[in-house]
Amino acid sequence: MNNMSPPLLEIRNATKVYGGGFFQSSQQVVALQNFNLTIPAKPAKLTTIAGESGSGKTTLANVVLGFTGLTSGQILFKDRDVAGLDRRQMLDYRRQVQAVFQDPYAVYNPFYRVKHIFDLVIHNFKLAQNKREARELIEGALQVVGMRGEEVLEKYPHQLSGGQRQRMMVARAYMVKPSLIVADEPVSMVDASLRAMILDIMLRLRDEHNISFLYITHDLSTAYQVGDQIYLLYQGAVAEKGDTGKVIETPKHPYVQALIDSIPVPDPTQKWGRDIVLPDDEELRIQVDSGCRFYPRCPYRMDRCLERQPPLYHIEGTAHQAACYLYDDRPHNGDLIPVYTGTG
Amino acid sequence: MATIPVEQIVSPKKAGLKLWNSPWLNRKFVIGAILILLAVLVEIVGPLFWDVSMANTASAPLNLPPVWARDTPGFGFGEASAAHPLGTESNGRDMLALLIVATPRSLRVGVIAAGIGMLVGILLGFTAGYYGGWIDTVVRILSDAFITIPALAVLIVISAFVRQVTTENMALLLALFAWPGPTRLIRAQVLSMREQGYVQMARLSGASAPAIMFKEMLPNLLPYLAASFTGNVSLRILEAASLEALGLGPTRVPTLGTTIFYAIRGAAILRGMWWWWGFPIIMLTIIFVGLFFMTIGLDEIANPRLRGAKSQ
Amino acid sequence: MIDTRKTPEKVQLKGRQNNQNNVVLEVKELCVHYATPSGAVIAVNNASFEVYPGELVGLVGESGCGKTSVAMALLRLVQPPGRIVSGQILIGGIDMVGLSDKELRQVRWRELALIPQGAMNSLNPVMRIKDQIADGIETHEGKQPRAELKERILKLLRMVGLPGRVYNMYPHELSGGMKQRVCIAMAIALNPALIIADEPTSALDVIVQRVVAQTLLEVKNQLGVSMIMIGHDMGLLAQLVDRIIVMYAGNIVEIAPVKEIFAEPLHPYTQLLISSIPSVKERKPLVLSEGVTHDLRNPPPGCIFQLRCPYVMDVCRQVVPPLRELRPNHFVACHLYE
Repeated sequence: MNNMSPPLLEIRNATKVYGGGFFQSSQQVVALQNFNLTIPAKPAKLTTIAGESGSGKTTLANVVLGFTGLTSGQILFKDRDVAGLDRRQMLDYRRQVQAVFQDPYAVYNPFYRVKHIFDLVIHNFKLAQNKREARELIEGALQVVGMRGEEVLEKYPHQLSGGQRQRMMVARAYMVKPSLIVADEPVSMVDASLRAMILDIMLRLRDEHNISFLYITHDLSTAYQVGDQIYLLYQGAVAEKGDTGKVIETPKHPYVQALIDSIPVPDPTQKWGRDIVLPDDEELRIQVDSGCRFYPRCPYRMDRCLERQPPLYHIEGTAHQAACYLYDDRPHNGDLIPVYTGTG
Repeated sequence: MATIPVEQIVSPKKAGLKLWNSPWLNRKFVIGAILILLAVLVEIVGPLFWDVSMANTASAPLNLPPVWARDTPGFGFGEASAAHPLGTESNGRDMLALLIVATPRSLRVGVIAAGIGMLVGILLGFTAGYYGGWIDTVVRILSDAFITIPALAVLIVISAFVRQVTTENMALLLALFAWPGPTRLIRAQVLSMREQGYVQMARLSGASAPAIMFKEMLPNLLPYLAASFTGNVSLRILEAASLEALGLGPTRVPTLGTTIFYAIRGAAILRGMWWWWGFPIIMLTIIFVGLFFMTIGLDEIANPRLRGAKSQ
Repeated sequence: MIDTRKTPEKVQLKGRQNNQNNVVLEVKELCVHYATPSGAVIAVNNASFEVYPGELVGLVGESGCGKTSVAMALLRLVQPPGRIVSGQILIGGIDMVGLSDKELRQVRWRELALIPQGAMNSLNPVMRIKDQIADGIETHEGKQPRAELKERILKLLRMVGLPGRVYNMYPHELSGGMKQRVCIAMAIALNPALIIADEPTSALDVIVQRVVAQTLLEVKNQLGVSMIMIGHDMGLLAQLVDRIIVMYAGNIVEIAPVKEIFAEPLHPYTQLLISSIPSVKERKPLVLSEGVTHDLRNPPPGCIFQLRCPYVMDVCRQVVPPLRELRPNHFVACHLYE
């Protein structure tokens, strides 16, 4: 793949640790551990980051959006480090990296009409010279998501439905013409029959407007329908990654296998397999300090799993990788740097 | 390219009288507002119907009881007359004129002091809540300390040193203790609002910190601020009246508190001149009750959960 | 306040013995309205359905469809400005709608239990699990001898797959899935005839969700209790339930055994719902649709789905289609089949 331009987003060994400092009374929590990801500049891609609660996916969204910093590692956007940007540079960054969040109601300021969300970006990013231009810009963005300004702009947030509000949020993100949109659970609070509409908008923005997406979700069913690449996180570390189709159809990591097995198939003739039983202790939040985080629940666990976190082994080149010692006969990316846990 | 059909919404047939359902028409708030309005009206309408120069000393016969209390026991009282329907006191002031002149003074002191306190509170509260860190620690320690200091004691000491007490400098003095309450309230609200979705959105939209604080957060705080303000005014008026009743108030102009002071000094209780201290107290009570109702009404407006009737 | 020192007097509840039709719950033309300043929102419009012994019925629909209102109405928990306008709710022959507060307390939890949405977050954080379950039991059955009560609670915990040591623990020491299973244990404590579970797994991770869902099934099979499960995740319902009731904007549009509804959905809304479910088994193109397009205060005359239906006809705009049994146990409300 020849790439004369730097990758759009490159995350190198990103680690984020919360708590555990001198003044803090809480324990350390490793939210993200040695995370690596690359999104090329062209063509636009939709990369899924999937994981359950505590997997680190929300932390990842926060660091990419600049809401919080990393403990170690780097985030490079078009070869520029995101940490240490001054105010003007951060504004420029925000112009290129936008977001759509999970809750379609909380993102609106209840004091203002919904038009306010557009006014904010137009004003701060200087997208238009006068009111007429601004209005045209807004109408254009609304058209992309299938809405008309005169019907919705003057309403208050509680007067619109969840699906409409979420679509407007996508319109707002699009209007800035970013290179990357971070979509953090964009459809999980939207009705099932409306989800397709929003996902479809995302795909069209990718195909017709060259906007890459970082689609963060816990719902593998939707991820399977839309993503190109998928990264599956478990408690801060990547368990498996690769081509969406390959990973979901033939999962290799024991956690991902259990996960996909547990997804209820909407077909009454295909019931879940044998009942799974969770060992009691896993539910009591055992924090594994080193080694594979899935150890307490893994049916294939070995002693060496406790010693070090397994690296990502190549199941199929870079198209499918899994972090599990079951595959240690394959090549891998190199040993991972152990995470600094300090004096705890 | 697939076109997505635009949703059509059928609007309801009758809109109904939206005004009567506005949350601002909370019953308690309205009752309180009416009472305060009465007090304000006294200031505005009073001088039109009554001669307020009679609030000065030696402008009326001394010690007249109110017009309906003709046979008041006691000694040295003159004939009650309709010229002085609320009676007069030992300095020759007509009570009605006195009320008309003194009430607005008391209100004003409270409003100015609370106003200053609110402004300081907004400044410090937003900074501490939004930025956190050492600013927050300093502000928090200061405001907590000030709350535990007994205000009246300190105020008494300070005002004893002030040469010429006027309504304005009394208000400034009271403002010294008017700022911790709003500061803490605003700081607490800002801390929780900081994590709201729309604040994140504003950050993503490139809004600066001041813009977020004053354009995103502040409008949503208005009911809380209003409730805090009315409560604050009430407390300041009480402090002012206390200082005045101890004789530390303005000497040149009559206020409700100083009237009480003169009444005590003039042995009004002993002499049975209940109208001297009674009417100022009634006026103060109306003000306090009015402000109280406004405050709890505003509390309910700010926090819909207190409203009782549940919406779906 | 309920005096727990003596066994509360039992209201003369007729019915459970007179179960001629072998029906645990019978809802007849239930209507629930919510008053708003600009008119009444019809949350539930003439809902009629039955629940038979030992079966799990799924109640599915999207936001605003009225499924939570139905659940609340069944337990007479509808709060103002909402109220039950008309209809009957017959549990074991007794009409819940007409009961007094005192009689209601007898029926609730003994005949009818609820696992509300987010139940795991409503466990009392300062009470141990054993005390919370004991509380529930003693409130309805009076004081129990200690040893028997302990045995009973441990048995309940075992039934939901929790280890014995949970007995002495506090809620914050348990994970989400375990807390939810405690709530299930509380619901079955008095051996009710019917349990209503409102989105019992919505806040849980996928694997934990499966465990809790399995627990529900296990409990149902062992105790023979009937259940109504309210949800929006068709996939989950496909795995769990025996029959499905589909609601749209306050109306029941289809009721059918789960296999039939997935194999051959008859109502256009059900068809839309089924076709828009993504699956991890196959990749298919996204099916687009809009949301509820009419104002809930002002429903159009005739069929409730007319504004979105691809097969709408003139009669649909005038006449409300009745819920008719088209095939054995398969009910549809649609003019296409009239």
